[in-house]
Amino acid sequence: MAVSLGPNASSAGRRRADLLFQAVALVVLAVALGALAVLVGTVWRDGANRLDWQFLTSFPSRRAESAGIYHAIVGSLYVIALTAAMALPVGVAAATYLEEYGGRSRLARFIELNIANLAAVPSIIYGLLGLGLFVRTMAMGRSVLAGAATLALLALPVVILSTREALRTVPSSIREGSYALGATKWQTIWHQVLPMAVPGILTGLILALSRAIGETAPLITIGALTYIPFAPDSIWSAFTVLPIQIFNWVSRPQAAFKDNAAAGILVLLALLLTMNAIAIVLRDRYQRKGRP
Amino acid sequence: MSLRRGERAIEALLFLCALASVGTTAGIIVVLAVETFAFFGEVSIVEFLTGTEWTPLFATKHFGVLPLLLGTTVVSVIALVVAVPTGLLSAIYLSEYAPERVRRVVKPVLEILAGVPTVVYGYFALTFVTPLLQQWLPGLSGFNALSPGIVMGLMILPLVSSLSEDAMRAVPRGLREGAYALGATRMQTALQVVVPAAFSGITAAVILAASRAIGETMIVAIAAGQQPRFTANPFVPIETMTAYIVQVSLGDTPQGTLEYRTIFAVGMLLFLMTFALNLLSSWLRARFREEYN
Repeated sequence: MAVSLGPNASSAGRRRADLLFQAVALVVLAVALGALAVLVGTVWRDGANRLDWQFLTSFPSRRAESAGIYHAIVGSLYVIALTAAMALPVGVAAATYLEEYGGRSRLARFIELNIANLAAVPSIIYGLLGLGLFVRTMAMGRSVLAGAATLALLALPVVILSTREALRTVPSSIREGSYALGATKWQTIWHQVLPMAVPGILTGLILALSRAIGETAPLITIGALTYIPFAPDSIWSAFTVLPIQIFNWVSRPQAAFKDNAAAGILVLLALLLTMNAIAIVLRDRYQRKGRP
Repeated sequence: MSLRRGERAIEALLFLCALASVGTTAGIIVVLAVETFAFFGEVSIVEFLTGTEWTPLFATKHFGVLPLLLGTTVVSVIALVVAVPTGLLSAIYLSEYAPERVRRVVKPVLEILAGVPTVVYGYFALTFVTPLLQQWLPGLSGFNALSPGIVMGLMILPLVSSLSEDAMRAVPRGLREGAYALGATRMQTALQVVVPAAFSGITAAVILAASRAIGETMIVAIAAGQQPRFTANPFVPIETMTAYIVQVSLGDTPQGTLEYRTIFAVGMLLFLMTFALNLLSSWLRARFREEYN
């Protein structure tokens, strides 16, 4: 590659250009991070006043001042717990197969390519899949179960990818030591490899779930309702979740409902922050443990 | 003996779970294809792909998807115009200039931008960015393509930045040292050696960002409006493919009707577009990895 410096490129001029370039890059970064601050600031300004005990414990209402978000919080937690219960075992099993058994077979590589592609499929497409498969064909209706199954499919690629990474960090000497003691392959995986990978797997799971808990489009597509005056009490209940309730309030023309939306966003962000904090703590413990 | 059979059974079970991912892809294709074929039994595929009027919910129905396609394109292009230069600049800075301490702070904060739920971005676009833009552009409607486009750019910036940075950091040190030895500054090295060397990796990042922008739903459903117009004007309300699917899903459209099938036909088009972009992106990334490993 030819580096043309130009005929008049004086050394001082080039150094000035270098500094200028660096300054521009820093400004761009500052603007992007500043936008994040403005976003949080705007939501806080609009929603902080609405955020009180009444808001957290009330059901939706036609009047913005007496509306609350209790049903949506319970709905979100319900759906996410079920999503985790479905995505974790299947995801870990799939990752274990690909990492410990699959090797470099052509089929394993095809599955890998497929997972990488699934991770980039728009979430609303998963919603259409959930609508066609779970809601209609399997006749689950617009239930918590159908919503969680849809989000579990959405979370699966992330769980698989992060579990594989966690399995890869387990040193092979652990496996060899276990084999040397006469353990079978599965005994080695179950008693040695997986326990060592647990913090990494959990970190990945939480990251996948924190993406799922913010998802709106796939749940709207499967027909989760926007007006539910009760909290779900079984996996067959109709339900709504925080993002859908927020979307519902944003879509109304009255300003008072927009403030409710902002307060709802604060609740959602607090939930996300908590989940990410747990993930960071886990990763921290994991890294310290991983070091010999 | 039974121990070995148990081992086999477990391996088979794990394999089935791995196959579930292939099943998901197959499920997506089958569900979309079944309803799409039914849709094209009633509407000509030529009208769908070339018509410039989209009014399936009106009394006089037209099924030309071009207005939705153009709406999606306009918003995505605006998002890329915002995200590509800024994402590339921050990638160059983080890869070639930033001290390790700065990188370790800035990268996770940038990642937060990607982790914010899209419904939050929608709120931000509608209640903050649009009013702000209206002060400078008095002709701007309350719903428009510009504001969600800009906000979407902010959302995909971390994707462009972190994937491009990965590509640049994979460029061998020797190339940089060669440029320095010839008297090049860091900027000249970055722009004339590192970026061209990482070009296929950077292109892969941009393509993946485009795919993300095309499939993004809530920002446009909230802030772009629900008026499928065949226009490239970013100041007026439009509708994207994803926003249309949301609009129909919010209503109570019974299964088996033509309106119900339109969302699968639009979904199929969306899936094919993003699928092609994702494949192209992973192909480019694989090629880039081969170049330097």
